Amino acid sequence: MPRTGTHAVKLKQTGPWIEHSGPDADVVVSSRARLARNLSGLPFVNQASDAEKREVLQLVQTLPLAGDRSEELLWIDLQQSTPEDRRLLFERHLVSRQFLESDSPRAVAIADDEQLSVMVNEEDHLRMQVLLPGLNLEEAWRRVVDFDRRLEKNADIAAHPRWGYLTACPTNVGTAIRFSVMLHLPGLRLTNELERLRRASNDLDLAVRGFYGEGSDSSGDFYQVSNQLTLGVSETDLLATFVGEIVPRIVTYERMARDILIERSSTLLEDRVYRALGTLRSARLLAIEESMKHLSRVRLGITLGLLTDIPLGTVQRLFLEVQPAHLRRVQPDSIDDTALEPVTEDRLLDDERTRRRRADMVRSALSE
Amino acid sequence: MNTKCDHCEKPAEVHEIDAIKGVHVHLCREHAVEAGFQVPQSAPVTDLLTHFATLQAPSQSPKRVEKPTACGNCGATFARFRKTGLLGCPDCYEAFSKQLDGVIARSQNGASNHTGRVPDRSSALIDLQALRRSLIEELDRAVASEQYERAASLRDRLHTLASESAE
Ligand SMILES: [Zn+2]
Ligand SMILES: [Zn+2]
Repeated sequence: MPRTGTHAVKLKQTGPWIEHSGPDADVVVSSRARLARNLSGLPFVNQASDAEKREVLQLVQTLPLAGDRSEELLWIDLQQSTPEDRRLLFERHLVSRQFLESDSPRAVAIADDEQLSVMVNEEDHLRMQVLLPGLNLEEAWRRVVDFDRRLEKNADIAAHPRWGYLTACPTNVGTAIRFSVMLHLPGLRLTNELERLRRASNDLDLAVRGFYGEGSDSSGDFYQVSNQLTLGVSETDLLATFVGEIVPRIVTYERMARDILIERSSTLLEDRVYRALGTLRSARLLAIEESMKHLSRVRLGITLGLLTDIPLGTVQRLFLEVQPAHLRRVQPDSIDDTALEPVTEDRLLDDERTRRRRADMVRSALSE
Repeated sequence: MNTKCDHCEKPAEVHEIDAIKGVHVHLCREHAVEAGFQVPQSAPVTDLLTHFATLQAPSQSPKRVEKPTACGNCGATFARFRKTGLLGCPDCYEAFSKQLDGVIARSQNGASNHTGRVPDRSSALIDLQALRRSLIEELDRAVASEQYERAASLRDRLHTLASESAE
């Protein structure tokens, strides 16, 4: 695995693809395919000593995994990175929360375009994902399998004749694949139809989670829908169900909800959208939750054609840039000369200075 | 003790007592192994009994008696899995296959057989991985003992290995 940097995180300001919107972007924000793999002959991460974990890191780092497009992989050792950089990786959806908070030997390898990334020593030795804008699960699947084939050519991967790919948690065995789509569902939320979606999803063995929400509620009306079954269904069958049935059904459902809102309560809807934009364009202090909520409504206004002067890409970028670690990058502190405190403590994530900086940034990005 | 095995006429060597439900299980060596017990070659029966008693004590209301087996490869126990939800290594799947059958089927809507891709493996590959691992271990030792020339040549060998297998 070639590497271009070991210590500092050399990521670009925002994800290179964040402003692009893919197919069905009015509802589907992004698509992801993720595979879990473990090397045979070594204990799973939870049972491995630090020496064994380092062995896994070295082993993976020496594998020739560059593909035809000769993708350069940036290797980031998380033990040697700053808390602020780790938080940045998390906000960029390149590492999980669990990965962010652990303190054992672990690394993430990231392709140039940031669409492919591999967490090494998360719950499984390798968790590789491809994350694309819009509804594009087929391409995400193709690219992650491409990578997996190169991995299998070079490493002995743990598998079982009956249970397929073996994972640390036995509920992930089989294909060990997780397809997920991040959906923007303000229509279903405003028409109180989310509960029905949850019940329907449950019947289809899908998991629905609030996405940006740190707690139970989903701030910004983003929901992640993913498969729960990994055994007894092939990857391609699962993919076909996702792109052929599940996602189109939810997209249609959300669009219907939006149509109903326009038809029956257009004034109320317009009021919410313009009020949200007004707040974002004039607030002097913006908390994270508040900015997510208003950005969500502005996003809805754009996709409904109510707001025509703001590109969808700008709002997509803002969803990322209002996050604490990104905010610090985009807007280095010019007013206070005090050195930036590390973004480790939760109270530091949303103090007054951060809220002011966020409001300034959003105001200038959305100025008329 | 002259108790007979629950499943055959042989004398029972493993006696499991579930204190809460008052169930007694008696098994001969063969049937004990089959039921997933790890039977030490010559452990006195009393030792086994105390072992089971301590393992049984904390469980709340066991429907089925917990098998006090440990994975022969990594040492992880099924009790540990119960607590963490995670297994210790790929071999754990064989060591606890009986218990995992139910766990997996319940989480997978009753499915118990994999459909889909399987790893593309060959014995040459396994050898290659073993070679790479031992080179890495040697490299670690060389660096630790400040044998830098040796470390450099080991690093070269690892690189060569990587480019060879890429072709
Ligand atoms: Zn018997
Ligand atoms: Zn094990």
